[in-house]
Amino acid sequence: MLSQAELIDPQARTLTVRIKRYNPEVDEKPHWEEYKVEADGHDRVLDVIQKVKWEQDDTLSLRRSCAHGVCGSDAMRINGSNGLACKILVKNLRSDTLTLEPILGLPVLKDLIVDMKPFFDHYKSVMPFLVNDEQPPTAERLQSPAERARFDESTKCILCACCTTACPPFWGDRKYVGPAAIVNAHRFIFDSRDRGAAERLEILNDAEGVWRCRTVFNCTSACPRDIKVTQTISEVKRLLMTGNIDLDTAPSVVIGN
Amino acid sequence: MAALESSRRVGTAVVSKLYPTRSHTGAAQGGIAAALANLEDDSWENHAYDTIKGGDFLVDQTAAEVLCREAVECIYDLEHMGLPFDRTADGRISQRRFGGHTKPNPIYDKNAAPGTEAAKPRIPVMRACHAADRTGHMILQTLYQQCIKQGVTFFDEFHMLDLIMVDGEARGIVAIEIATGQFHTFHAKSILLATGGFGRMFKVSSNAYALTGDGPAIAYRHGLPLEDLEFYQFHPTGIYRLGILLSEACRGDGGVMFNGKGERFMEKYAPNLKDLASRDVCSRSIYQEVRAGNGIGGKDYVYLDIRAETINKYKTSPTGETVDSAWVEKRLPDIIEFARTYLGVDPIREPMPIQPTAHYGMGGIPTDIHGRVIRDSHDTPVPGLYSAGESACVSVHGANRLGTNSLVDLVVFGRRSGRAMAEYAAGRKFEPLPPHPETPAKTMIDGLLSRSRTEPWVRIRDEMQTSMMDDCGVYRTEETLTRARDVLIKLKDRYRNLGVQDKGTVYNTGLLEVIELGCLLDIAQATVASALARQESRGGHSREDFPDRDDRQFFKHSLVYRDGENGTRMDYKDVDIITVEKDGRVTTKYPLEVRKY
Repeated sequence: MLSQAELIDPQARTLTVRIKRYNPEVDEKPHWEEYKVEADGHDRVLDVIQKVKWEQDDTLSLRRSCAHGVCGSDAMRINGSNGLACKILVKNLRSDTLTLEPILGLPVLKDLIVDMKPFFDHYKSVMPFLVNDEQPPTAERLQSPAERARFDESTKCILCACCTTACPPFWGDRKYVGPAAIVNAHRFIFDSRDRGAAERLEILNDAEGVWRCRTVFNCTSACPRDIKVTQTISEVKRLLMTGNIDLDTAPSVVIGN
Repeated sequence: MAALESSRRVGTAVVSKLYPTRSHTGAAQGGIAAALANLEDDSWENHAYDTIKGGDFLVDQTAAEVLCREAVECIYDLEHMGLPFDRTADGRISQRRFGGHTKPNPIYDKNAAPGTEAAKPRIPVMRACHAADRTGHMILQTLYQQCIKQGVTFFDEFHMLDLIMVDGEARGIVAIEIATGQFHTFHAKSILLATGGFGRMFKVSSNAYALTGDGPAIAYRHGLPLEDLEFYQFHPTGIYRLGILLSEACRGDGGVMFNGKGERFMEKYAPNLKDLASRDVCSRSIYQEVRAGNGIGGKDYVYLDIRAETINKYKTSPTGETVDSAWVEKRLPDIIEFARTYLGVDPIREPMPIQPTAHYGMGGIPTDIHGRVIRDSHDTPVPGLYSAGESACVSVHGANRLGTNSLVDLVVFGRRSGRAMAEYAAGRKFEPLPPHPETPAKTMIDGLLSRSRTEPWVRIRDEMQTSMMDDCGVYRTEETLTRARDVLIKLKDRYRNLGVQDKGTVYNTGLLEVIELGCLLDIAQATVASALARQESRGGHSREDFPDRDDRQFFKHSLVYRDGENGTRMDYKDVDIITVEKDGRVTTKYPLEVRKY
């Protein structure tokens, strides 16, 4: 019995890797550089970038850590779309040219590295923590599986910024809290144990809150964790409109996907 | 966890080379054990016994009891902080099976026919609290959220280069701000090293790139010992070639491993617990199968099968009930996605090719149960210095860590050490720093920047990783270890001549990678020295030239000290044992036994 892994042609190929480079100590503005890399079909885009860094040009800077899509360090624009470099395999690239740029909408610090501070500031602005001052029981608080399922989607967020930096309204208005912050607000608003929903909803009802969302769905397609980001935002919008926080049931209207 | 606890009392800052949400705790998958007994009878004493046996009796027993007793309240604490555990039908925290977690078999009969249920002295127990297969992610997020709520100060992307030690006391650290290349001196009353593991010294590893043992290596360079480094855990189920972890929860939920002949080979090696034997046992079994030519297609891997039909055929679901694919998808969503993404295999329909992957260092910076770093075999503490998590060795993992106990360790001892370091700091004033404490770190960096590039640094890394994997991996002998020791000395000579290509100051990540390699080389040397000195097999340390456990000579912890540039010096420390009085006689509470599963 052969596994499917062995049946897949590894598709070794020579890639032309175009990387948008910027070094503030030398460059006035970003420029493109091109590298040739021998890549295996199983290689991740991250492996390809590291081959450039390790074998050709050590001055290339990027962030990375876990290399399997759970830490959220290596978000970048890959052939024009946001993604994690460690979650896209060479065999799935449609062309032999691989174009890499930093994510948009955040200041570029060097090469593929952007300033994440504005992103985390937006995240922190929505009170991304459980609010509940009641005396807890000695054991766990009870929560039914249905109540737990109500916010499961938004617990998956790894704060990689793929969604927020794929969002056209965010590109136009950096004060907009952005999809990731709303996902993290959703995570608590719909948690039956939380008591901070009213305060969070007030923040999100602001001019720079959920109403900046134009339902473009870029965030949903960019999310490497397959979170239905647009739907999550829409659930918050609907809650603001109806005031009906029904924690026990899944939303009756499913938007997108 | 430590920062959260410490900040309740004193001003606390976290210095991290990554954004905190990138830490590798977030990659932990299957669960965190605590004897909540939500689904079946259990007790913290059962958990403590499993921990001590799992560690092949090299576990400090008081520490293990602390771990397992306090695990219960720590889990409730995390739940109160908002951690989204999966729930049972009645709304309590859901629990699942994991390798080596057992309880006494209520129908055990020592005269029962072998192979029958009654013949098993212990049976699996559902003890691992979980949030699907993303438990570590939820813990990391919840702790970070709480730190934000409490106003803990974070220095994100500051890379620690040195520890400031004066008269045997820790007084601060030196770090480089990655964004600017500036040196910063942090003056502190107490310091906790929670820098994680060092799995990147091996070729096939489940560890993040960031896991380069910075804390232990820096402590070691300051003359402090490292404990039990020879015990390194290889997780049996890593994705073939890539080493990405496929959680033990796969087997906890009923998954089974098969060799190339389609045999459930764990029946041979662990007749009672089979696929739920502890990790060192499973990893060795896979190596044995591969050596016997029983790998898939004769190659160096086997299969992990989590298909519902397989779980049903072998009746391995935790409740014994029939399961379907939807159930498997719900329990193991990330695992299934990893296999689809990186292997191109759909585990709902086919088995996954796996091989053991370097996963966890049982050893590390020696500490006591308050997280205080100790400097010698007499447990003398280093004032002001603490460590917790994988970088530390309490020791609750002994010679082999049980699945889920890494998360238990970091919450229980993170909390304890956070309290202890705050207590220590609260009663003290700042002790003066020496003039220019950044000088040693700056000299190191200046050297790397001023030398020209002799060779790509990755060549040294690759040779180290291959040597450690082949010669200091699952199986070792005097011959392989001696070879690894000699290779590492040569690699260190080459390392000393390295220069980096990037001479810049802004995000010079190449420079930092070379510094990380230096840490790994030191840890690798210390590991090989400890492994050479331990002439027995125990837990994660398997010497083929000394295949048996030798309690007479080696029922003791190793301490390795740096001795000159390439030298090491060994010392040993007693294992902490709990004695009890029974019928007027004093005996050990956890007597040594032959470890079988």
